[in-house]
Amino acid sequence: MFSIEFLLNALVAGILLGGFYAAMSAGLSLSFGLLDVVNIAHPAFIIFGSYLTYYVNEHFGFDPILAGLVFAVPSYFLGVAVYKIYYNSFEKTGAESLRGLVFFFGLFFLIEVILIITYGVDYRLVRAFYIGKSTSIGSVGIAYRLFVPFLVGGILAAVLYLFLTKTFFGRAIMGVAQDSLAVQLMGVDPIRIKTVAFGIGIATAVIAGSLLIIIGPVEPTIGREYIGRVFAVTVLGGLGSMTGTLVGGLILGVAESFTSSFFGPSWALAVSFGILLICLAVRPSGLFGR
Amino acid sequence: MGRIIRHVILGFALLLAVSIAFTPSAQAAKEVKIGFSMALTGPLGPAGKAALLAMQIWRDDVNAKGGLLGRKVKLVYYDDQTKPANVPGIYAKLLDVDKVDFIVSGYGTNLIVPALPIAMERGMVFMGLFGLDANAKFKYNNYFQIMPAGPDPIVDWSVGFFELAAKQKPRPKTIALLSADAEFARNAVAGARRNAKKYGFKIVYDKRYPFPGTSDFTPILRAVKATNPDLFYVGSYPGGSVGIVKAAHEIKLEPKLFGGGMVGLQYTAIQMNLGKLLNGITDYWFWAPEKTLKFPGIEAFLAKYQKEAPKQKLDPLGYYLPPFAYAYVQLLGNAIEATKSFDQAKIGAYIRNNTHSTVVGKVKFGKNGEWATSRTFQVQLQNITSNKMSEFSKAGKMVVVYPEEFKSGELIYPYAKGK
Repeated sequence: MFSIEFLLNALVAGILLGGFYAAMSAGLSLSFGLLDVVNIAHPAFIIFGSYLTYYVNEHFGFDPILAGLVFAVPSYFLGVAVYKIYYNSFEKTGAESLRGLVFFFGLFFLIEVILIITYGVDYRLVRAFYIGKSTSIGSVGIAYRLFVPFLVGGILAAVLYLFLTKTFFGRAIMGVAQDSLAVQLMGVDPIRIKTVAFGIGIATAVIAGSLLIIIGPVEPTIGREYIGRVFAVTVLGGLGSMTGTLVGGLILGVAESFTSSFFGPSWALAVSFGILLICLAVRPSGLFGR
Repeated sequence: MGRIIRHVILGFALLLAVSIAFTPSAQAAKEVKIGFSMALTGPLGPAGKAALLAMQIWRDDVNAKGGLLGRKVKLVYYDDQTKPANVPGIYAKLLDVDKVDFIVSGYGTNLIVPALPIAMERGMVFMGLFGLDANAKFKYNNYFQIMPAGPDPIVDWSVGFFELAAKQKPRPKTIALLSADAEFARNAVAGARRNAKKYGFKIVYDKRYPFPGTSDFTPILRAVKATNPDLFYVGSYPGGSVGIVKAAHEIKLEPKLFGGGMVGLQYTAIQMNLGKLLNGITDYWFWAPEKTLKFPGIEAFLAKYQKEAPKQKLDPLGYYLPPFAYAYVQLLGNAIEATKSFDQAKIGAYIRNNTHSTVVGKVKFGKNGEWATSRTFQVQLQNITSNKMSEFSKAGKMVVVYPEEFKSGELIYPYAKGK
């Protein structure tokens, strides 16, 4: 069964899947990794993005990626609103650790219920010219359904990386993550910075949602399947590191693909989370964490 | 004194009048309550909600004719969220708090099994909705399951797929088996494994994939392709079925017969999305708009269902589960009428010993309350040219190729020819 062709195909499939995992986790890396906001509702925002994409694809024929990018803008403001509620209700009073977690759990279920009431519980899918088609480079097959999310995921991680490292605002976010008081002493309002960063996190979740529905069908509660993965990618890569998120996603994707190809799919998740545990034992701050 | 007596008599008269007014006929006014849990949310929610609508249509049909033995039917139900752990509590509440007269099951094996011991303990008739061999261990004689899987459901479920394969020339030799790691799919593939042995096919791949939790099927199907199987039998759930069909096309996986136990390909939304990608796949099916399957009452039921389903955002055609959800309560209602009784033992004996006419055809129960003979169709999707819903509502698209008695067309073999 083993051949170089088989190995290469497994590697490419893993890389493509990993890019998508990175896209799903990028927003969480911002909120959880940099801002210490345990946004457990992140996957629900992803599914919310999938449904927005579904709606405009089904009714107006919008391309899913385009839909994701368009909806990212209002989603940013939604994220800003959510963070303001969270801050005023919990963070401000120092009750964010447990009550904040409950808040995001509640939000998770609220989003699910809204989606169920609005769209029903049926599976929803989108149509696009690249879904169901594939190409090959030599003996390696590449499905556009996976390649497009990988590409967008990679671009998303790169843009976030450049934003965080090259722009004043991005550096301010990093500054807040490192020492909120020092940033405050420089005359910068850390709450404003955190609000903006959280909004960006939700905007990226909505984009990731448009990628998810390209890969496969979604239903309102499917977000629960991804809680473990997005947190695993964020922690494996190192909290707050976009490079780490990308690498973490790729490692998980390739590990899943190799396990499915060579040992059987039953072991795929166990191997991925085994890698996470080993990494945490050896390097508790994650691969690129400080 | 006389005044007091007059007041007492007046009071009694008023009391009598009120009691007569509110119980015009004690038997007629009391409703027949049928209680059940149903997956209205969670992974089985889409089908569960469609099943509920079908049951409500039956309730309305029965009540329009005056109810059961003169009593109106009321459905009492709770959402089990597709969580087996919720089921025992729901049935305890139905029986002890809501005081229902009858119980029927929720949708699916995992949700039926936790309720069965309660039905047994109370000695109640228990109609099952799509359980795969749920009564194998309990062997409860008042359990009756409506899915036409047959007396040995695990094996009978896939027998059609294997009989079709065995008839082909040259005879296929090898088979790959893939299943979701969950109760139904595992059972379906366990039966396929036994059938593969019985029909002499060599198993070259036999794995499970995590469910839920598999995002992409490409690596799995590449591993299947590497074994070059003649037959590919899949036990999957809707999300997985879509992923498997798409990945199979992307990597050009072309076994000679492909399908078997893929849940979801029967749902209209998924059919409309996959469209032409479905051509050539041979899968289990329970009803399709083929001329050989026009059972009495099915079209009238579907007309009502299809009118209401879009409003509730349910499967618009409803060919998969709804007719059977209608039939399992229809059968219970018919048994109550036939025995002219609400006695559980009498009704159970009647259901056990007779053949029943329902919207899904004639039903006769056998061992463990399963159908006495299997009637799981194998349908091949053929000549699909678009993604429109109308494509799937007409004959000649979901062609019954097994069994002989209900056959509506010929199998296109191998799979690549039918693509």
